[in-house]
Amino acid sequence: MTRLLRHYLWPAFAILLAMTLITGVAYPALVTAIAQVAFPSQANGSMIVANGEAVGSSLIGQAFSAPEYFWGRPSAAGADGYDASGSAGSNLGPNDKRLIERITAEVDRLREANGGGSVPVDLVTTSASGLDPDISPAAAEYQVARVAKARGVSEADIRAAVARHTEQPLLGFLGQSRVNVLELNLDLDGLLTD
Amino acid sequence: MSLAGLLTLTTVLLAVLLLTPFIGGFIHAVMEGRRTWLTPILGPAERAIYRVAGIDPNEGQGWKAYAGSLGVFTLASVVLLYLLQRLQSILPLNPTGAGAVEPALAFNTAVSFATTTNWQNYAGETGVSHLTQMAGLTVQNFAAAGAGLAAAVALGRALGSRREQIGNFWVDLTRATLYVLVPISVLAALFQVAQGVPQTLAGPQTVTTLQGAIQTIAIGPIASQDVIKILGSNGGGFLNANGAHPFLNPTAVSDWMDLLLNLLIPFALTWTFGRYVRDSRQGWVLFGAMATLLVAASLASMTLEAGGNPLIPGTVDQAAGNMEGKEVRFGAEVGGLSAAQMAATTTGAPPATYASTVPATGGVAMGLMLIGEVAPGGVGSGLVGILVYALLAIFLAGLMVGRTPEYLGKRVESFEIRMIMLASLIPTAAVLGLLALSVSLTDGQAGPATAPPHGFSEILYAFASMTGNNGSAFASFTGNTPYYNVIGSFAILAGRFGAVFPMLALAGSMGPKRQVARSLGTLPTGSGMFAALLVGTVVAIGALSYFAALALGPVAEQLAI
Repeated sequence: MTRLLRHYLWPAFAILLAMTLITGVAYPALVTAIAQVAFPSQANGSMIVANGEAVGSSLIGQAFSAPEYFWGRPSAAGADGYDASGSAGSNLGPNDKRLIERITAEVDRLREANGGGSVPVDLVTTSASGLDPDISPAAAEYQVARVAKARGVSEADIRAAVARHTEQPLLGFLGQSRVNVLELNLDLDGLLTD
Repeated sequence: MSLAGLLTLTTVLLAVLLLTPFIGGFIHAVMEGRRTWLTPILGPAERAIYRVAGIDPNEGQGWKAYAGSLGVFTLASVVLLYLLQRLQSILPLNPTGAGAVEPALAFNTAVSFATTTNWQNYAGETGVSHLTQMAGLTVQNFAAAGAGLAAAVALGRALGSRREQIGNFWVDLTRATLYVLVPISVLAALFQVAQGVPQTLAGPQTVTTLQGAIQTIAIGPIASQDVIKILGSNGGGFLNANGAHPFLNPTAVSDWMDLLLNLLIPFALTWTFGRYVRDSRQGWVLFGAMATLLVAASLASMTLEAGGNPLIPGTVDQAAGNMEGKEVRFGAEVGGLSAAQMAATTTGAPPATYASTVPATGGVAMGLMLIGEVAPGGVGSGLVGILVYALLAIFLAGLMVGRTPEYLGKRVESFEIRMIMLASLIPTAAVLGLLALSVSLTDGQAGPATAPPHGFSEILYAFASMTGNNGSAFASFTGNTPYYNVIGSFAILAGRFGAVFPMLALAGSMGPKRQVARSLGTLPTGSGMFAALLVGTVVAIGALSYFAALALGPVAEQLAI
């Protein structure tokens, strides 16, 4: 019994305690301290401030439905989508009838608002997180005419704004070309300052 | 397949290849107590732990004491983690006001995190407090990975020397955690914060969106937990969407780094093994076999996901591939690549949802888990697993030529063969037995969200994942029921110890054996030929064990699409 205690139970308990201190307290504390000093914006969620108030995070998508804004992807996070306290994908299988029905309905809605044409796939599929902040350049181009008309400005001006917020793959191969929807919409509203 | 996708895969593997001798050699040095540049910084902490725990670092353990220590440590971890979750509502650092986790779920989560499985039946945003994340889940992300690394090193020691004792578990665990996992995690966490992963003790942030809605943004000490989640092949995400959440994986660069961290230690341990047996070719053979399986699975997943979903109507332009359950910043192809690589280790936290991949991609992921997580598998457990197959391959080859098989000059006799059979059969029996049980019981049938064959795939995936200690899921599957919380815990334990305990027994038996002289009839295990035999053995055993089950799930689905 004492052997069990001395050679097994006590070392297990003592090492767990030590690890709790080292990896559970010291390690996150050290990383937090350095991160808050070296990368304060990122460490606190890459928040965007407009007129002195946080309007969102540049990494977290928001729901857009007004015609003068670019729309992001459909979202399965929360009942209304883009619930940043309940990230989730649809988890529907590719052969699930509900997926195909949802996509068909979404295609109809988009074609009605944007005047037909082939719909880029990212605009009718939900992301894995439900918080995808980006759309593809093709998905932005698909909406340019609608946004220009709703805002009463030329399509060229809108295209220039899209171009400003289009990020290319790093070194030409890492990642995809993408447009940050919130930043683009803030820019259109003249709220983006930097 | 795009050039960009191929370059992503190639650069990750190249980085792993270049780092393997460096990290693998470093692991060998610190596990043998050699002085490194970290000794002056971490040495005092190491010695303090031994003093408090009453451990003599020079005292070795036989295999029974070693395995016993591993078992007791896991048990103690489960108890502590269970208590933390049950008491979190009255403990500090609980900004979201999370209540006590209910018993069956707390037990399942405790078992799951103490074994690098990280099967998550709770929602990260709301279910657990910051304290549970930091002092509970993060600690186990280190400890469980450290324990796995320890077991692999013990096996390497036994095969590479002639002694009864295979090391001291407490010392191995301490060194693996302090000198390997913590330093890499600190550097990687800061790298990921720079990419955009938050690291703060603050609670959720509330903002008014551009269209006037209220958005509550979950945040916390994410980076520190996220990197060890991947480095230690654990996989439990701070937030529900895990590797797909923009806070956990904000850019293509953070994703590339995740893939590297994911493969780093499991591959590096093949070099460590080569050092222990004093023949680096033996390590490279294991590396080669693991890498061959990994590349094949990655290419298949990438091609399948880039191809899109044929059932989506033609009015949709699917040039971007199967984007349901994928993020725009990574794209469908790299989503498929990550899905394969996160199933190939025991991490299981890809930036894509497995449930929405085309059926064959889901099948590839299941295959990687069902072969026992050996391509390259988890930290330590992957090396242990591939050695089971290596010994099996030698045994099969020995049967063909009719002579006693030997590995690294040591005879593989009847006791060893029995242990290898146990290590290979216990996980298989757990997957297939529990799968059969679950499809027959109402409680089991309640798990999947859809009808067969996809519903069958959901259950098969769940048991492949739990037994493989992977922890990913077809997330449409409802795992948070008393039935699956309890039965799933058994699957996890069978997977974790079903292979490791017999292999430690094998280490205890082979350790003292004298090395026999090489002869013309000795099967050379340091050659490309043996690597090919090894890959063939993995594929053949996997197919023989699971073909029927896979045929009813992903194969049937893919053919019907």
